[in-house]
Amino acid sequence: MSAVVKLSNVHKSFGTNKVLDGVSFEVGRGEVAAVIGQSGSGKSTALRCINALETIDGGTIDVCGHAVHDAKLDRRSLRRDVGIVFQSYNLFPHLTAEQNIMLAPTCVKKKSKAEARELAHDVLRRVGLAEKADHFPEQLSGGQQQRVAIARSLAMQPKLMLFDEVTSALDPQLTGEVLKVMEDLARGGMTMILVTHEMAFARKVASQVVYMHKGKVWETGPGSMLDKPKTAELADFVGSGL
Amino acid sequence: MPSFSLVHLEFLGWAAMWTLGLSAIAFIGGGLVGFAVALMRISPFRGVRYAAIVYIQVVQGTPLLILLFLIYFGIAIVGFQEVPALIAAGIGLTIYSSGFLAEIWRGCLESVPKTQWEAAECLALTPWQRMTRVILPQAMRIATPPTVGFLVQIVKNTSLASVVGFVELAQAGKLINNSIFEPFTVFMVVAAIYFAICFPLSTWSRRLERKLNVSRR
Repeated sequence: MSAVVKLSNVHKSFGTNKVLDGVSFEVGRGEVAAVIGQSGSGKSTALRCINALETIDGGTIDVCGHAVHDAKLDRRSLRRDVGIVFQSYNLFPHLTAEQNIMLAPTCVKKKSKAEARELAHDVLRRVGLAEKADHFPEQLSGGQQQRVAIARSLAMQPKLMLFDEVTSALDPQLTGEVLKVMEDLARGGMTMILVTHEMAFARKVASQVVYMHKGKVWETGPGSMLDKPKTAELADFVGSGL
Repeated sequence: MPSFSLVHLEFLGWAAMWTLGLSAIAFIGGGLVGFAVALMRISPFRGVRYAAIVYIQVVQGTPLLILLFLIYFGIAIVGFQEVPALIAAGIGLTIYSSGFLAEIWRGCLESVPKTQWEAAECLALTPWQRMTRVILPQAMRIATPPTVGFLVQIVKNTSLASVVGFVELAQAGKLINNSIFEPFTVFMVVAAIYFAICFPLSTWSRRLERKLNVSRR
């Protein structure tokens, strides 16, 4: 199993606030890693660093053969390989679901309109929204918008997908439909890193759980580690009902 | 002494065309320069950003009247003997509008949420694609009402071009009044023509604003 993502001793501060304090972990091909931890533990920042949305102060990050820590990083080339889905969906409000999905394949991969449209319908079908192609984001529920956002990422055929608390803005019912799509993706062999508060989902789907605390990787292991935490902090965190 | 007649009205109508023409020059020229300055204003490069800030502050802090004098006499000093009034007024109003449009449009560009810029970036779009396909379509919708509103300011401010000898609506009114001395009649007619130009613009601006508030699409 080759590592698709490898963080080594990553440091990152915002001003005097140390957010990442020597973070290291690896994610192999086809693996699903769930990063968990309290708010402010640095988990979202770690995810954003993987996609070069934040620059790091020290350490190395290798993603699909890209040296993300390198000042000469080709960001666009990195982002062709890495898809990201955000908590707030971030669909483009002036475009329909289909147009949202077609934008990057036509602009970046130079696909024809017809090819891109076919691709859009294909990924929409995968997230169960084939009939919503002509809807604008504001005409869709939160869960549907998030599934379109996942489809938009999928259309670029990424080698790695990042999910940044993608269900945190959704009610339980809508959360379920989004998690189901993610579970299907995981089954399909997609390499995924998700920052999440969904413990049950992490336990069920993740091949690796990374517990972060105070900017450090506190504990890491398979989903079952949540049942018998080694550290008091993780026990606390699991016990708090999150 | 002759009184206000159809001949005068015709003269005013002709002058109103110049007012419209000068407004168009100011809007198009100011729009092009202003858009460039707005982009500079949000550039990631600090030097470029500061250059834009200085430009905007200087233009906004200079009375249009002084700006017009500076250009009219400034160009003459640089060596061109006789500057056509239209050119001087056109340049002056272009600079004036660009300073304000740049700031209006900067605000509109920045009011597109940062997450939209990020999402576009994460889809591997180039900065150009991101601007034209994602940011501008959203910013333009936000920008239309204040831009049309500013158009009204431009139309009214073209009256200052009379100081460099440009015969537009206000100057034409003054000329007619000099010959027939009926200031109240003449300037009422002049005001009515300005109103006829500006009122539809303000109404349009307000309607756009309302439409935008009702539906975000």
